[in-house]
Amino acid sequence: MAVLVIADHHDGHLRDTTHKTVTAAQALSGDIDILVAGVKLDGAAAEAAKIAGVRKVLTADSEALGNGLAEAYEALVVGLMGGYDAVLTPSTSMGKNFSPRIAASLDVAQISDVVEVVDANTFVRPIYAGNALETVQSSDAKKVITVRPTVFKAAGEGGSASIEKVDPTAASGGARFVSEEMVKSNRPELGAAKIVVSGGRAMGSAEEFQRVIEPLADLLGAAVGASRAAVDAGYAPNDYQVGQTGKVVAPDAYIAIGISGAIQHLAGMKDSKVIVAINKDSDAPIFQVADYGLVADYKTAIPELMEALKTAGK
Amino acid sequence: MKVLVTVKRVIDANVKARVKPDQTGVDLANVKMSMNPFDEIAVEEAVRMKEKGLATEVVVVSIGVTQAQETIRTALAMGADRGILVQTDGEPPEPLAVAKLLKAVVAEEAPNLVLMGKQAIDGDNNATGQMLAALLGWPQATFASKIELNGDKATVIREVDGGLQTLEVNLPAVITADLRLNEPRYASLPNIMKAKKKEIAVKTTADYGVDIVPRLKVVKVSEPAKRQAGIKVESAADLVMKLKNEAGVL
Repeated sequence: MAVLVIADHHDGHLRDTTHKTVTAAQALSGDIDILVAGVKLDGAAAEAAKIAGVRKVLTADSEALGNGLAEAYEALVVGLMGGYDAVLTPSTSMGKNFSPRIAASLDVAQISDVVEVVDANTFVRPIYAGNALETVQSSDAKKVITVRPTVFKAAGEGGSASIEKVDPTAASGGARFVSEEMVKSNRPELGAAKIVVSGGRAMGSAEEFQRVIEPLADLLGAAVGASRAAVDAGYAPNDYQVGQTGKVVAPDAYIAIGISGAIQHLAGMKDSKVIVAINKDSDAPIFQVADYGLVADYKTAIPELMEALKTAGK
Repeated sequence: MKVLVTVKRVIDANVKARVKPDQTGVDLANVKMSMNPFDEIAVEEAVRMKEKGLATEVVVVSIGVTQAQETIRTALAMGADRGILVQTDGEPPEPLAVAKLLKAVVAEEAPNLVLMGKQAIDGDNNATGQMLAALLGWPQATFASKIELNGDKATVIREVDGGLQTLEVNLPAVITADLRLNEPRYASLPNIMKAKKKEIAVKTTADYGVDIVPRLKVVKVSEPAKRQAGIKVESAADLVMKLKNEAGVL
């Protein structure tokens, strides 16, 4: 059986979510092709060709694909699926947007947000905000799968796959890209950062959030996250949100400041290697998952923490 | 313009789901059930469209057990005009089956817009809206945080990784709601009373001739490994020392 992995790439480079999805694909089959679709493909396609164990890289050049239009992805991938038994996509916002269209068009179920491949037909996926894990067995001839990248190791390099152009099938055109507004930041991406510093509702205002969380993140070279409560209150922009309804992250260190630890937040960060919680309420649920807890008011604890980090050479 | 909104009856968002000891599923006996929070946002958006004179009728559809009529009734109390329940027994059908049933309802109702929540908080699939759009051959705009209707088009701001994307879609289309699209209202008592008189048509899956046999067999439902609580540190300096020397993450 052959499987297709749809690459996640940006600005001429693959994101490591692609390498992680390849690892999930390896549990299904040794015949893995990668589709790099969109614009500015050369760099990303060359990187994809170097991933160990990849058979072939397909490139499909089109603006609509570059803008992540689901209709365009559906038309392209459904056209390619004659040659594949499964298609795997990282469950980014873009992947979540187009993958179910491919599944419906092929008249198969989507297996969403897979965290473990048990065998070629059996998969584990979180349900109920990660409060339960469902093991499902698929009877569909073709499998359409989205993969939660944070739980898989990135596939290594060492491959030398061929690169082949495919025709980007024109979609119906019922949807048009108008514009996008990306948050510009010199910090690492939330999903890929080694350290994440997150603030909660305790910050009390957007100004306070920026004053407290951002300098600490910059000192650590960390990405900034936020709880849903902080985002809903307008203290942090919505793409900072970590949780069931936001981003799922699994950094080496997750530092939660003034976050109580609601179920939906924990669902987004409990796979982090080390969790640090700073909260003045010693009964906050976040302490039940934290490796290191500091019961303290962030107002005094964060300046002390920054001082100690500087002393330690940060 | 007619708007079709979909609602699902799920475990209340504030209740912690518990896995059954025999690993056959999540225990929903005697658990508070409510409207899926994202669907509530979709209903609110549709009702606001009607209040602004942009929509002429808001029809709310649910697919599920007979008690899902209560969920529809909640949407009617928020301001939807009438309801349709496609009644099923037992486990809720999979997203693909739901999308097929909704496609059949769309064929009957001929709405100009289908508004849905982006995902249900039980299955967490985030798939049904996209699947419905594909089956209908309609454009889609998922994860909407703002919707503007202009004639036979809708301009939608979408929440994507790293920022916002704006799309223009031709109507009819499927739009799925993200959290920040609006804040749903609480139904007022007079509106709850009024909703009791609104019509809910009850149908069965057989009425639509749709095959809802699951494609995925649930082998088991288990509890995720619990993370052990760690230690409390005395000071920020202590914390830095432990992160550096013990955890090795600095």
